[in-house]
Amino acid sequence: MTMSDLNLTSLIFGRLSLEAIPYHEPILIGTFAMVAIGGLALLAAMFKFRLWGPLWRDWVTSIDHKKIGIMYMILGIVMLLRGFADALMMRAQQAIAFGDNPGFLPPHHYDQVFTAHGTIMIFFVAMPFVTGLMNYVVPLQIGARDVSFPFLNNFSFWMTTFGAMLTMVSLFVGEFGKTGWLAFPPLSGIAASPDVGVDYYIWSLQVAGVGTTLSGVNLIATIVKMRAPGMSMMKMPVFTWTALCTNALIVATFPILTITLVLLSLDRIAGFNFFTTELGGNPMLYVNLIWIWGHPEVYILVLPIFGVFSEIVSTFSGKRLFGYTSMVYATVVITVLSYLVWLHHFFTMGSGASVNSFFGITTMIISIPTGAKIFNWLFTMYKGRIRFTVPMMWTVGFMLTFVIGGMTGVMLAVPPADFVLHNSLFLIAHFHNVIIGGVVFGVFAGINYWFPKAFGFKLNEFWGKVSFWCWLVGFWVAFTPLYIMGFMGVTRRMNHFDDPSLQIYFVIAAIGALIIAGGIGAFILQLFLSWKDRAKLRDVTGDPWDGRTLEWATSSPPPDYNFAFTPVVHDSDSWADMKANKYQRPLKGFVDIHMPKNTGAGFIISALTFAFGFAMVWQMWIPAALSFVAMMAAIIVHTFNYKRDYYIKADEVTRSEEAHTRLLESHV
Amino acid sequence: MWLAGCDTVVLNPSGDIAAQQAHLVIVSTLLMLLIIVPVMFLIVLFAWRYRKSNTAAEYKPDWDHSTKLELLIWGAPLLIIIVLGLITWIYTHLLDPYRPLSRIDENRPVAAGVKPLEVQVVSMDWKWMFIYPEQGIATVNELVTPIDVPVRFHMTSTSVMNAFYIPALAGMVYTMPSMETQLNAVMNKVGVYDGFSANYSGAGFSDMKFKYHGVSQADFDAWVAKTKASTGTLNRAEFLALDKPTIKHPIMHFGTVEKGMYDLILNRCVADGSTCINTQMHQDATRIKAAAAVKKLPEDVCEPTVAAATAQPTRKE
Repeated sequence: MTMSDLNLTSLIFGRLSLEAIPYHEPILIGTFAMVAIGGLALLAAMFKFRLWGPLWRDWVTSIDHKKIGIMYMILGIVMLLRGFADALMMRAQQAIAFGDNPGFLPPHHYDQVFTAHGTIMIFFVAMPFVTGLMNYVVPLQIGARDVSFPFLNNFSFWMTTFGAMLTMVSLFVGEFGKTGWLAFPPLSGIAASPDVGVDYYIWSLQVAGVGTTLSGVNLIATIVKMRAPGMSMMKMPVFTWTALCTNALIVATFPILTITLVLLSLDRIAGFNFFTTELGGNPMLYVNLIWIWGHPEVYILVLPIFGVFSEIVSTFSGKRLFGYTSMVYATVVITVLSYLVWLHHFFTMGSGASVNSFFGITTMIISIPTGAKIFNWLFTMYKGRIRFTVPMMWTVGFMLTFVIGGMTGVMLAVPPADFVLHNSLFLIAHFHNVIIGGVVFGVFAGINYWFPKAFGFKLNEFWGKVSFWCWLVGFWVAFTPLYIMGFMGVTRRMNHFDDPSLQIYFVIAAIGALIIAGGIGAFILQLFLSWKDRAKLRDVTGDPWDGRTLEWATSSPPPDYNFAFTPVVHDSDSWADMKANKYQRPLKGFVDIHMPKNTGAGFIISALTFAFGFAMVWQMWIPAALSFVAMMAAIIVHTFNYKRDYYIKADEVTRSEEAHTRLLESHV
Repeated sequence: MWLAGCDTVVLNPSGDIAAQQAHLVIVSTLLMLLIIVPVMFLIVLFAWRYRKSNTAAEYKPDWDHSTKLELLIWGAPLLIIIVLGLITWIYTHLLDPYRPLSRIDENRPVAAGVKPLEVQVVSMDWKWMFIYPEQGIATVNELVTPIDVPVRFHMTSTSVMNAFYIPALAGMVYTMPSMETQLNAVMNKVGVYDGFSANYSGAGFSDMKFKYHGVSQADFDAWVAKTKASTGTLNRAEFLALDKPTIKHPIMHFGTVEKGMYDLILNRCVADGSTCINTQMHQDATRIKAAAAVKKLPEDVCEPTVAAATAQPTRKE
């Protein structure tokens, strides 16, 4: 930068100008109008019903793990709508862009759409869903009152949310990356991508990444230190086990992502050459680093989901989980092995045969513990009494879908086969098969399973089943053509095609995507109708499914303090064990309960970090410096906040426990 | 089975390498179906048989362990993975793209003394350049090779990564700037095939494709002669002009190619005054070695600025 660039305007506004508003793109303007109208309506409603106070007091500043868990789920649902809108646009583009028809998305827009789709679905849909489930369920399952570091939990959530917001801002101010969701250099380097798109990508992930890492630390500490007396490691519910392993993976891998993106930023902003081809830099370094994070990331997503299915299959089969010990070992083995397979993402980048074979075989080995898990669920159903509720339907749908995804995954692990399938639509079908068929199915199973716990009423069965069938059928209609086209040598990220014979496959895939859209619509309808019929669907027992683990031992929704007395655990299915041994709820003798206090610090620090990220994207150096200083100041001020706890008085506990007792008695 | 129809170029390719890769796709699928099919059958069977309304079925709520079953559920997948792992190890080595071919197809080994045809591939924004060093010709967006002759591709890229992929010929291999990858392959049937970039590389990526002609030796010789007769010359100036991003670039033929063009491209020193990466690396290595040697001498305290620093950057010709 020369001295002449250092005028005040550029120091304040950096690269930002009115040009950055994409008012020449009708799709974006239409979207913006809709968001603006919806947003204004929401704001008006908030004022009308005086919801600002409750929103701030009860939710934004809440350090209650249950509320934070619910907010993560809401974030996931909102971002799912955005990410799925991207998916529909891609499916529509590929269904019409044949021959002379360029479709409705030029490469400039289309390339942003597929980049945003991948980034959003992984970081801002799957991650919040999984983190939300863990946040809500883990403390309840281990009989704790909250996580180890409740403030940190609130801060993590807001960092994740503001990261997502930074991605959303790129829709209307500037643009998003056009590099694919992992932003490989040299394409993401400053020479090939001089625009702000990659910077939005980097700073969204950096802001959200802080949240994810801290949330990992928090949940590990919680699981290791806050288990109820008697709950040894080998008596932890399987979901808690998978959460522990996932958070260990998060803490070990997210710093790699952070550092990789720091290096990429240095390349882009400060003229470094880590990943360029000049001055000894090497883009392969980035590819290795990003996949050393990226492969464990898929296990970060899927391991807790395996936990969800383990809980559900055992509950609805009315049976102990088959092979608890082998399930735990399988989880741990997958955790360790997930670090030893990253190179299978780039067999085709010129590694030698021995290196490729090694990583191919380690990848196949992962399928052994994964297969063992499938068998464990299978034999849990064996000689059970299976109730086909919505969560159980998702589970059986998952098992049937996921084994196919696992099979195609092992095919891709054979390097010579990968040479013809890498980057093909077969690959796309494979990872959607495991992410949708695994993670998404599991999240919906989990939502249907734990919703009554969180809100005190069950979800509507009928629309839940409609949603399930739409997703299952829609998935197979959308992705079977992609599997087939993979064998026809059709590759990913294409904007348009010449061969008209392919069109029918893309049209079928687009129909599949519409069926999935029906599934999402049915889910939202399910939420709405259940809320309307909440009186009829009320769960007064706190244990609507005849559950087996501790979260079902308290009321639905649980009181702020979760358990009036910390339960004592004798078995891995502790609640089933308590029920079998005629457990009596304590009815008196309640004492004051020490609880953490709400604080706005997490929201404020995250908002300042968001401002810092936005300023860095646009290279607005003065606002960047100011927001950074403000952020540090807010952190320091927060350290002087000594009013971090309060007591729920014994008589208040008594009141709320007695209310629960009356409710229980009125329904026996 | 309809997948085996003629549409699916990946499973029914025309080149021996791609055919062997397709064979592995089939073999690995069948191996895994050995376990997938029974599992899927059992999932459906158990889900149906042990449904709540079927009170005739046995119910054992506390049954959660069986050593025999545990052995089976860990052992059976393990056996399959051992077999698949062995196949993987063998075929990953046999089908390593860097490995010179040992056979033309299933029945014909490569005759002794046969040298593969060398083709240098350069992916550019957004087109393909093919240099035939032995013939001294080059093309853009058109590749022609004789059938039943081993071809060795040396590949690099000018700006970003791409993947060189002709599904009918062989699996894809990435092309990367200032790095070289290789692919050995052979085409067995005369025909015109699709070639393209299989790795997203920016705005013009979707049109980054070319036709690959597998022709008889006689036709190849005729094509070479015809190309040699064309007037275009691929020299540094021409290359720098071509290096600007273009979409749907027309086919070009160059009858003459400046010597060592590919090495200049690979080492990123086509432009005047740029230092070749290999030269730079060599200098760095020499300088570091010299510096190390100097430091080892205990009585010598002078700065390690000798020898290497005096070497001047040279262009590799």
